[in-house]
Amino acid sequence: MTQTATAARRPPAQMLRTAGIAVAVIAVIVWRLTTLVVTPTVIVQAVLTGLMAGAVYGLVAMGLTLIFGVLEIVNFAHGALLTLGMYLGFLLVDRLGLNPYATLIVVVPALFLVGAALQAGVLNRAMGQPLENQLLLTFGVAILIENGLLLTFGATPRTVGVTFGAPLRVFGAVASFPRIIAFVAALILAALLYWALQRTKLGTAIRAVGQNAQGASLVGIDARRIYVLTFAVGASTVGAAAVLVLPFLQTEPTTGAAFTIIAFIVVVLGGLGNVTGALVGGLAIGLIQQLGGVLLPGQDSLMAVFVVFLLTLFLRPEGIFGGRAT
Amino acid sequence: MSLLQIEGLTKSFAGLVALHDVSFEVEPGAIVGLIGPNGAGKTTLFNVIAGTFPPTDGRVIFDGTDVTGWRPHRVARAGLGRTFQLMRPFPALSVRSNVVVAALQRHGSQTAAERAADAILDRLGLLDRGAQPAGTLPTAGRKRLEVARALALAPRLLLLDEVMAGLLPAERQPVIDMLREVRDQGTALLLVEHVMAAVMALSDRVLVLHHGELLAGGTPEEVTSNPAVIDAYLGEEMLIADT
Amino acid sequence: MTRTVGVDDPQDVPVGGGSRLSGLTATLLRSRTELAILLGMVVVLALMPAVVSGQLLTIAVRVLLFGLLGVAWNVMGGFAGQFSFGHAAFFGLGAYTTGVLLVEVGLSPWIGMAVGAVVAAIYGALEGWLSFRYKLQGAYFALATFAFAEMLRLFVLRSDALNGAVGYRVPLLPESSWWMLQFPPDSPNYYFVMLGLLTLALVVVILLVRSTPGLFILAIRENEPAAEAAGVSATKYKVTAVALSAAMTAVGGSFYLMFFFFIDPEIAFGPRLSVEILLPAIIGGVGTIWGPAIGAVLLIGLGELSTMLVRNPPAFLSFLDGRSGVDLLIFALLLIGIILFLPRGVYGTFANRVQR
Repeated sequence: MTQTATAARRPPAQMLRTAGIAVAVIAVIVWRLTTLVVTPTVIVQAVLTGLMAGAVYGLVAMGLTLIFGVLEIVNFAHGALLTLGMYLGFLLVDRLGLNPYATLIVVVPALFLVGAALQAGVLNRAMGQPLENQLLLTFGVAILIENGLLLTFGATPRTVGVTFGAPLRVFGAVASFPRIIAFVAALILAALLYWALQRTKLGTAIRAVGQNAQGASLVGIDARRIYVLTFAVGASTVGAAAVLVLPFLQTEPTTGAAFTIIAFIVVVLGGLGNVTGALVGGLAIGLIQQLGGVLLPGQDSLMAVFVVFLLTLFLRPEGIFGGRAT
Repeated sequence: MSLLQIEGLTKSFAGLVALHDVSFEVEPGAIVGLIGPNGAGKTTLFNVIAGTFPPTDGRVIFDGTDVTGWRPHRVARAGLGRTFQLMRPFPALSVRSNVVVAALQRHGSQTAAERAADAILDRLGLLDRGAQPAGTLPTAGRKRLEVARALALAPRLLLLDEVMAGLLPAERQPVIDMLREVRDQGTALLLVEHVMAAVMALSDRVLVLHHGELLAGGTPEEVTSNPAVIDAYLGEEMLIADT
Repeated sequence: MTRTVGVDDPQDVPVGGGSRLSGLTATLLRSRTELAILLGMVVVLALMPAVVSGQLLTIAVRVLLFGLLGVAWNVMGGFAGQFSFGHAAFFGLGAYTTGVLLVEVGLSPWIGMAVGAVVAAIYGALEGWLSFRYKLQGAYFALATFAFAEMLRLFVLRSDALNGAVGYRVPLLPESSWWMLQFPPDSPNYYFVMLGLLTLALVVVILLVRSTPGLFILAIRENEPAAEAAGVSATKYKVTAVALSAAMTAVGGSFYLMFFFFIDPEIAFGPRLSVEILLPAIIGGVGTIWGPAIGAVLLIGLGELSTMLVRNPPAFLSFLDGRSGVDLLIFALLLIGIILFLPRGVYGTFANRVQR
């Protein structure tokens, strides 16, 4: 990853331009708010839905930023792993009648193993190669998983039936229970992941290798083993997210694909390798997506996300929190 | 009039001051050495002069024109060439094509550029390797290629960044001779060097950079006997090799 | 002003002067080997409709089309070294421009093709200029190209004027016409048009590689700071490469519309297309002249093979019967295999990279 730190060299003219763009964006938002018939309820709903979706984005992105940050692998198979987790969860619910959330116990370790196998067996060989090759490799894996699932399960969307009763009402906005659970659980899992990275031996080793693989091996850390474990952790994060979304998203082979690109956008926004940044970035993107849908009713909700993405790439590539520069 | 005038050049990176108020001149056809401990800011100075990034303050005046903040390719086309400390060939292109790229700035047709490139390669002893991919050249060859490529621009001033680095002592003298010849043909040289023997042998004048500031300037003998200069180098290895 | 150091050359032409025609002639001469090979292949391929027809001919047209798209992508991704993950943007711009001009204004698709190429070139130049100006590289650059394509897709998706998700249809004319680029479905003329377009593209590429701008572009790919220090404006030439690549891709998009009569935002701008555009070069050999065309043959060939497998699977593969996803599965395995074992592509591993 060769993105030189250009934060240092920002002559006044460029700061002015950045400020100008920020002012323009805010002006557009304010204008839209005044000209659109937008009730407070709509805004609250957008914020609520955005935060709930955003927490899941954040969880998925945390795994990705870990992989991106430590292994420098552009993991385009991230979303496909999510889909895999969803199908696994679906199978367990469908055949064994388990409670969807209980499948966490199986799906997370299963994805852990899949991730480990993937890294050790396939991706390992491409570690030194240029970024584009890794991108294509993981992309190939993604297509493999997607179409393997298509072949096995067919294209019919599957749903997991969950009965929770009436949705919750918050300030006039609606929040269904599965989404609330997903929100809370995502935050808890994110906190757990953060804690694990900071406090456990493995977590510290992972962070060490992410900072400086050579230095880490000099103090006795087996970098290759850490690579496998990091990818596995990243994959299991996605597995957890898969279980959380299972109750309210349709399970089809392409479900995870949208998550891949959003996860990358979140990672860039939050800062490469920055795990807290990924969570906050996820929440931000969730909000931007929903609010963008409200403020630009003629456009797809993702449009606002892509605009923000490009602006981030151009004006602050190191992300909100400043990830690794290279 | 001087060929190169550096006036009050300052460069800071987010609080770190790499260069502070550096001023000096280079006369046409002169060889000026630039020495200083590691981290003194020598390569930064080159990068600012050559346009890799603009200075925070100060001016670079080349051949009467203010080239401060000009993009690298404009500076190169104006007749100010440079080589890189970490060599930068075009690995997949032939040795010849490497030089032709630069020669095309001075010749309208590829044929003419190729002829000029061959002439330069011949002078630098690389003609027989012309068709070889540049990536297969050994270190010494790559050094020569760097210089050849810069020479193809027909520069009036050439910035050489540690051209002696990585060369065995036996390989140094031919390069020193070659550089003298380049000067005799009309190109002034400003060289950053750690190999003191080369600096002493080549330079008319020597400038000393320390912590981003010009510490001293004068003939090689004056500078190397200057107590402040010696002081600055304490803790650094000063290579006063005899050959 | 010419200055030479130690070299006397009274024939030297001043920089910027000199006739372009003589430069072109010189480049043509240098490229004579590749042009001769191309001529030979074209002659052979032109005979194909005499031997092949119907379904197979359609497959051949698709091979040629993806050959063109691969060659076009390769200009930016291979020669300029700027990996694009969003080439569908240019394809779609070509297709929709042609469609709109045809349906709304009644203009010939040939004109539409030209206009589409210009539109795509402008979009590409803008996209490239912004990305280079803000120093995007590697994965960041690739993601940006993806974003530029997605934004177009989303915009067209929600655009009523462009029929949104329903897509754009080319009306059937009562009689065939070269000017309107419409022939009976089993006519070999589509094949000839596509062959002509691909040949043109290859001629452009062959000449580009041996030309001065081409040398600069390659040098920038090899080492950008060194190229700048050698007097080459990196931004100018990179943007040029992107614009050229975009224009060529758009031509492919225009043809697609006229051949298949239908596009929608997903087909024209979608990520799947972006991947299909870059695969031929990856499989054949990035940065080579013939690689993308060879890759297209392999890709489409394998695709057809897998389709046949699904329709009439042999006994031991009977579970595949009627299922979808097999062709992509095979693509995926091919892609993974290539990256792991032949990262320079099937042709690129054995051929030398473009020799300059």
